[in-house]
Amino acid sequence: MSLDAATVKRIASLARIRLEEEEVGRMQAEINGILGWIEQLREVDTDGVEPMAGGAPAGQPAMRMREDAVTDGGIADAVLANAPDRQGDYFGVPKVVE
Amino acid sequence: MRPTDYTLKGALEALAAGETTSVALTEAFLDGIARLNPRLNAYITVTAEKALEAARASDARRAAGQAGPLEGAPLAIKDLFCTAGVQTTAGSRILGGFVPPYESTVTANLLRDGAVFLGKVNLDEFAMGSSNTTSASGPVENPWSRANDPDTRLVPGGSSGGSAAAVAARLALGATATDTGGSIRQPAAFCGIAGIKPTYGRCSRFGIVAFASSLDQAGPVARTVEDCAILLKSMSGFDPRDATSADLPVPDFAAACARPVKGLRIGVPREYRLDGMAPEIEALWQQGLQWLRDQGAETVEISLPHTKYALPTYYIVAPAEASSNLARYDGVRFGLREAAKDSDLRDLYERSRAKGFGAEVRRRIMIGTYVLSAGYYDAYYLKAQKVRALIRRDFEQAWGKVDAIVTPATPSAAFGMDERQDDPVTMYLNDVFTVTANLAGLPGLAVPAGLDAQGLPLGLQVIGKPFDEEACFTVGAAIERAANFTALPGIRA
Repeated sequence: MSLDAATVKRIASLARIRLEEEEVGRMQAEINGILGWIEQLREVDTDGVEPMAGGAPAGQPAMRMREDAVTDGGIADAVLANAPDRQGDYFGVPKVVE
Repeated sequence: MRPTDYTLKGALEALAAGETTSVALTEAFLDGIARLNPRLNAYITVTAEKALEAARASDARRAAGQAGPLEGAPLAIKDLFCTAGVQTTAGSRILGGFVPPYESTVTANLLRDGAVFLGKVNLDEFAMGSSNTTSASGPVENPWSRANDPDTRLVPGGSSGGSAAAVAARLALGATATDTGGSIRQPAAFCGIAGIKPTYGRCSRFGIVAFASSLDQAGPVARTVEDCAILLKSMSGFDPRDATSADLPVPDFAAACARPVKGLRIGVPREYRLDGMAPEIEALWQQGLQWLRDQGAETVEISLPHTKYALPTYYIVAPAEASSNLARYDGVRFGLREAAKDSDLRDLYERSRAKGFGAEVRRRIMIGTYVLSAGYYDAYYLKAQKVRALIRRDFEQAWGKVDAIVTPATPSAAFGMDERQDDPVTMYLNDVFTVTANLAGLPGLAVPAGLDAQGLPLGLQVIGKPFDEEACFTVGAAIERAANFTALPGIRA
């Protein structure tokens, strides 16, 4: 399957990455090169195979559940310390609602 | 003995015997960094003052009889590990100026055991790369060069290129690294040092900047297999802050290095013999197997039939997880913000991410977004998860016949900084021997085993059963003893 320019622009928009018009052609060619190479997975028979979610090796639980309890908090200054536009105890952003 | 010539184990013994001090070691490494880093670019951030202060505190602890297992050892930290109060960049512009308010579990464990941090070392942006050429802080140079072509500057491999170059050039006793598809083992092999990616879950991922969460694992690189064992012991352990952390006891890895390989069954996967593979890689592999047979191991041909699908599987799973993990970089909460005068919120996101991410990272986020998008999820992502299950099953079936698997670490020696940069897929093939262990969650160790015709290091890889890093250390140390790899890079402190 080969992606057209409009699809490449749509993906960039979904990914929230600004893509200049002159960058579309190169991105399209690179993505199509990678997708073309990935196509070979189609030949693998995966009927009835349970998909592997998570990275744990065979015989290990993929993920452990913990008790649903608050374990952290009250550290607003640390959370905001790296904010590019801190406003009081908030992250500043451009106006969203008119 | 010059302080920078110590192995980690040798330095710890010298410290214990009062033959040197942490301050003396730290000063020697800082001096080497000052001289060589302008060329190698292995360190992004050198924390000289903090390091000396930590070394003085370490010497005081030792004098008070409170020495930890790594007491006073100067280490380098991959700039993917969050370090409290010290800038952490992940090699990306988008994290410019980010100073973590917390410490990663792995680095906290090393500090608990007495280690001294010299600074943060370079990497491919967000650990995405095999040549350390995609860092926003510039490329790292491999301290080795070709005997017949000494002017061509070579890559150290990636993504942990700064870690490997720093250790090989003797700008640290050891370093932390991470491995998502080969990012510990490939640079270790390219730089003539040892490195291990442990079993998924062995080291906590808490505080490590996430790339692909089901594949990422931390591990050490160091001059010897035993040094890696010492470091991994400190780095490992259960952490309730990582839901995938394994609640298992951590063995004495260093003890495993001294065990004999006699009676072990070593798997030799026939699918790792690639068409057109360099004859010297094949010869090194056969030599390694012969060394193990000479020490009493048995070699057994095995089949891992889905091997050829590992890289394409990886290049669906890893970008998909990356596109999700990297959604957090939005120009609002930390790092780079880019906006035009009339930007709305969406435009702020799009400009910040376009300016903050480099080309390879943007490409992978785009691929990941596509394979997860409505209508394509089943055809790409779900299919890849199923093939991944088959790759894991291949190994499960092999463990019925063998105790460990030995393969080449990389399909070539280090290449030039200007080579292989044009086509992403060509670059991806670097990880052909290493990526299977990430997909199956298995431990993999790289050990230097010889030199190619140009005098560049080549490595072998030992893959172990789940949570059997000890087998990797036993077999890796046996290869190391037989190889007696004493060659040194031209650039070193």
